[in-house]
Amino acid sequence: MNDGMDELYRDIILDHYRNPRNSGSIEGDSVIIIEEFNPLCGDKIIVYLHSLSGELIDDIKFIGEGCSISQSSASIMTDLVIGKKIEHAKQIVQQFHTFITGGNIDEDDNSLGDIDAFKGVRKFPARIKCAGLAWNSLDKAIDSMKKLT
Amino acid sequence: MSLESKKLLDRTTQIRSDFPILDRKINGKRLAYLDNAASSQKPMQVISKINDLYSNYYANVHRGVHSLSMESTEAYESVREKVAKFINAGNINEIIFTKGTTDSINLFAQSWAKNNLKKGDRIVLSEIEHHANLVPWFMLRDEIGIELAFIPVLDDYTLDIEAAKKIINSNTRLVSISHISNSLGTIVPIKDIIDLAHHNNAIVLIDGAQSIPHQNMNVIDLDIDVLVFSAHKMLGPTGVGILWAKMDILKQCEPVIGGGDMISKVTFDGALWNDIPFRFEAGTPNIAGVIGFGEAIDYLNEINYIDLCNQSHVISEYTRNLLEEMEFVEILGPKDKLLRTSLFSFDIKNIHPHDVAQILDSEGVAVRAGHHCAQPTLNKFGFSSTVRASFYFYNNFEDANQLIESLQIVKKRFLQ
Repeated sequence: MNDGMDELYRDIILDHYRNPRNSGSIEGDSVIIIEEFNPLCGDKIIVYLHSLSGELIDDIKFIGEGCSISQSSASIMTDLVIGKKIEHAKQIVQQFHTFITGGNIDEDDNSLGDIDAFKGVRKFPARIKCAGLAWNSLDKAIDSMKKLT
Repeated sequence: MSLESKKLLDRTTQIRSDFPILDRKINGKRLAYLDNAASSQKPMQVISKINDLYSNYYANVHRGVHSLSMESTEAYESVREKVAKFINAGNINEIIFTKGTTDSINLFAQSWAKNNLKKGDRIVLSEIEHHANLVPWFMLRDEIGIELAFIPVLDDYTLDIEAAKKIINSNTRLVSISHISNSLGTIVPIKDIIDLAHHNNAIVLIDGAQSIPHQNMNVIDLDIDVLVFSAHKMLGPTGVGILWAKMDILKQCEPVIGGGDMISKVTFDGALWNDIPFRFEAGTPNIAGVIGFGEAIDYLNEINYIDLCNQSHVISEYTRNLLEEMEFVEILGPKDKLLRTSLFSFDIKNIHPHDVAQILDSEGVAVRAGHHCAQPTLNKFGFSSTVRASFYFYNNFEDANQLIESLQIVKKRFLQ
């Protein structure tokens, strides 16, 4: 098939969709919880961000409901930023947005991991929102954490 | 196949040639357009009518004495008469042009309900309403303190009429309800509801957005008080809708939007309202949209749309039956086929509706995925979204089979 479906539904996306990494919630007073919706389709992602020092992402989990693109993107996102410095995570979010909207990123950057899997999404404008949902949650979580510290 | 249905099928083939878009290829595949509940496609006749207006007789309406303005005014106003005949309204001045169903409901909420209801008065809705028949009433509730009550939907996807007998009480002033649910396909027994409401001296607003494109609507026979619907779901252009109400009720309405055309006299001290319906249509209206809608009505009458819609219902039921045989598909909607229209929502276990619709699109099949602007209804049945296939009279068995075959491709990609 040459209709973009193979490229959109890459094995890596289906794998993260079927076996999401870091799925679940984190409890505790210092956990930042951000919920994002896609009002168009009702997709939902809740991101739980925990950072003891305010500098490192000690733990990150998500609970979500939605299509393969939004859910795999959340899984890949958490996998990428867990254990990273907050500032670095922020950069990764920016690079993800650059990439998903058709911009160029440094493809040799190892810290960008499986982001490349979303290359196929770029051809489907309606799905870019799905892919970005979890990343928007993370972005907001980091911003609200900065306000606290 | 009976000779009768063979004839109808041939007729469908002929009708399809009036819709240029149906020849389009989508991702290299034949288009199977099954998103008619969202909006219908347009026949050449409607497209040409708008082209003809702009090419030959366009000017603003109700304004000048010059020839173009008179011609366009005449064309525009003649549509009021066409709409009145289409729903069997007794008085053409009861037809108000709006932007669509949503706009009609909002207008009625702000012009009638806001000025005639008081704190503690009840408006009855149902649990199968789309957002257009929920949110305007939430806004009004927050504004003037009316009470909202909902007729529940049962597990079999029909409304609980027994419960309605208690919910529609003596405090009820208005019952606002969809004739057909856009997410479940349920046909609501509006006659029963109208009787219940009138028994309690409440008036009834029927949202005909999903029913009027498919069936005969007679406001006098049904004793409806207010009727709203959209042009774009019945071959007309977008941005045109109808608010019809009995003249007695329209006389109780206050204008909501002020401006040109809705006044009879303006001084620096104030203004006097124009006659009904013009007082509700401030500013330059959607002239081309309304004139295009008139052509859509002529077209529907000419092709005898009701017979053809009965045929598309057969195709919808045929598709539904094939889907029922697929063990990975769960279909929503009433079991009794007399209680459902030519649309159905379905869910595929372990595949999100967005993904289903995406792969269907790659096979040329256009369906809706999402909550269909009826979030609370779907949530009630445990879904946050579904896939919806909705049929109109230009759909044929090829469309149905293309959907079925494409669902096998969906299954192959996700479930294996």
